[in-house]
Amino acid sequence: MEMVVVAPPAPGTLEDLRRRFFATPLQALLSLVSLAIMVLLAWKLLNWAIFSAVFTASGGPEACQAAAGACWSVIAARWRIILFGLYPFEEQWRSALACVTVVVMTVLSCIPAFWTGRRIGLVWAAGAALYYVLMKGGVLGLPYVGEEAWGGLALTLFIFVTTCLIGFPLAICLALLRRSGLPWISRITGIIIDSVRSLPLISILFTFAIVLPFALPQWLVGDKLYRVILGSALFFSAYQAEIVRGGMQGVSNGQEEAAMALGMNYWQRIGRILLPQAMRNALPATINQFVISFKETSLVVIVGFFEILASGNAAYGTGEWRFAYVEVYAFIAFIYFVFVFSLSRYGAFLERRMSVGER
Amino acid sequence: MISLLRNQKVRNALLQVFYVGSLAALVLAGVVIARRNLAEQGITSGFDFLYKSTGWDVSFSLLPVTANDPYWWFFLIGIINTLFLGSIGLLLATVVGTVVGLARTSSNELARLLGRTYVDIFRNIPLILQAFFWYAIITHLPTPRAAHEAWGMLLTSRGLYLPAPNVGGVAMALAILPLFAAVALPVWLGRTSRLSRPVGERLVIQLAGIAAALACAVLILIVGRLPDAPLLDFPALQGLNLKGGLRIPPEFSALAVAIAIYGGSYIAEIVRGGFKAVGKGQVEAALSLGLSPWRVFTLVKLPLALRAMLPILANQYVWLIKATTMGIAVGFTDFFMIVALTINHSGQTLEAIGILMAGFLTINLSLAAVFNRINKAIALKGNQLRG
Repeated sequence: MEMVVVAPPAPGTLEDLRRRFFATPLQALLSLVSLAIMVLLAWKLLNWAIFSAVFTASGGPEACQAAAGACWSVIAARWRIILFGLYPFEEQWRSALACVTVVVMTVLSCIPAFWTGRRIGLVWAAGAALYYVLMKGGVLGLPYVGEEAWGGLALTLFIFVTTCLIGFPLAICLALLRRSGLPWISRITGIIIDSVRSLPLISILFTFAIVLPFALPQWLVGDKLYRVILGSALFFSAYQAEIVRGGMQGVSNGQEEAAMALGMNYWQRIGRILLPQAMRNALPATINQFVISFKETSLVVIVGFFEILASGNAAYGTGEWRFAYVEVYAFIAFIYFVFVFSLSRYGAFLERRMSVGER
Repeated sequence: MISLLRNQKVRNALLQVFYVGSLAALVLAGVVIARRNLAEQGITSGFDFLYKSTGWDVSFSLLPVTANDPYWWFFLIGIINTLFLGSIGLLLATVVGTVVGLARTSSNELARLLGRTYVDIFRNIPLILQAFFWYAIITHLPTPRAAHEAWGMLLTSRGLYLPAPNVGGVAMALAILPLFAAVALPVWLGRTSRLSRPVGERLVIQLAGIAAALACAVLILIVGRLPDAPLLDFPALQGLNLKGGLRIPPEFSALAVAIAIYGGSYIAEIVRGGFKAVGKGQVEAALSLGLSPWRVFTLVKLPLALRAMLPILANQYVWLIKATTMGIAVGFTDFFMIVALTINHSGQTLEAIGILMAGFLTINLSLAAVFNRINKAIALKGNQLRG
């Protein structure tokens, strides 16, 4: 006997719409309210940001204040301050190039072909070195620019990159120490990780920037920027260490026992068996941690750095653009959004990619 | 000697001694150097400074304060400010997060889209930027003379003015008691199994209790109001300034709004995750038993989702409490800002940092303890492995 399966007739467009949005009175109400909110917000936003906005700086602040919409002239007039801070005007191309370096480096490390410890380490070390030479100068005919003149987006990216560069190896060390079989080592490391995690990042930055110079011998104090980066790297590594440890717990004991049975020593077991599998488990959470720590670089404004948020405050805070604060904050929020959103989308993509084998 | 070093046990012991010893030496060296450096500046270490008067003022305080008050009083004010802002922020963020999270899990595509847009936008902008933004918005509101008025509230650049009850402190405290009772009593009743009822009925009893308590509270307020004054004191313009009512300073409202919006976007994701974790079979079983969609929600989905959410929610709450330290960016005198000001003014660096760490450790550990207790209370009893 042959069974004939007849598919129900496909609903027409109108019928389809009715089923999706107006199935019950409650659904209809919900649809209408959501639609109303969306249309209203979209119209207000578009009207403010595009239709009645002023885009050119030629009219000056006066032309702006007369308009009903956004005043993007403030960005046209002050974008250099927001992006580059107090960096010398003629040298700002270097700052821009340094930002591009960081972006290229991040994109490269998102490509699976670079996911071996050596390659990714090489990319980041080379990127950071190139950034440093470009920003600081003093060699290759580039005039010297001290750290105190760095600012804007370039400084934000620098703090982010160095935080990850120092924090990541530190996190792996902390995770290994915490899972060590020697009770005192794992216990003390646990206490360190937990207490760093329970403190707010601002208090750690503040301690490293302002309090630490008292507790260090004179020759160790160094520049405030590097102290703050160390503090933020410590905070990053405390969180990342727990993520790595979680990844290690996901690797079955048999793996390490098999490696032991093959006669591998500790470093071979860690470097070739445990870490590669643990990092694979921990990848989604790691991307999430990168996203969080990128957003948290903005906190250095509190210990007095001229990163993108502070330079934004300066861009509208002085003189004739006082009224245009919403536009400046919207511009900075947009920059953060582009970086953070693309990173987190990438994280979601990775999560899907990783779960393919587990379905 | 060499053979001793080859011994695994001896090597392990030495390694541990080396690790602990070097860390202790590092900390000890830091403290010694810091004490010497501070002593050179004429700052004596110790906690005596806690009893000295500060000589500076705070911008926001729930307790009476003057510049003559001692440091320990200021630390107390800071902790209370942090907890106050934290609890208001948590409450608002939870409300926002629940609404958005429910929108994200609803069966309506438009509501889902709206929720998703909200989360994508506000989760990806740093909290401190949002705090700056709201602070700028509020401080650019019109001056008191040209204030926006709505339902007796005044929106001005000096803050939000609300109508406040003209009631003495004792009556105020008494009025809060029935509210606590209304929240605590059903929890206690639920413990005794004889009186336990299905969730739906309990909800009704609870709501009735809260309504009764509110009525009680209003009654107490009316009885306890100050003589010869109306019950509600409306803010009004007097000269160049506003008199009367309750003033919420811009620093506080900016932070509360920023935490509510940013925290809400995270909590929305937690709520969504919690509802996603409810097994499809459970919901289908409830529907096939003939329960109405509302009862499926309150009796099946919500309790199960809550269990899945709670541990993650606890972490998020700890994070949000720590986020109140952004107060220093807009000048809200939270615990951390008091510590920073103390270091600036008195130079008692090590002691102040110690107090800061102890304070946050206490807050976080007690929050974690409370949540562990709730978690244990509502966890599924026995061995139920069905998904």
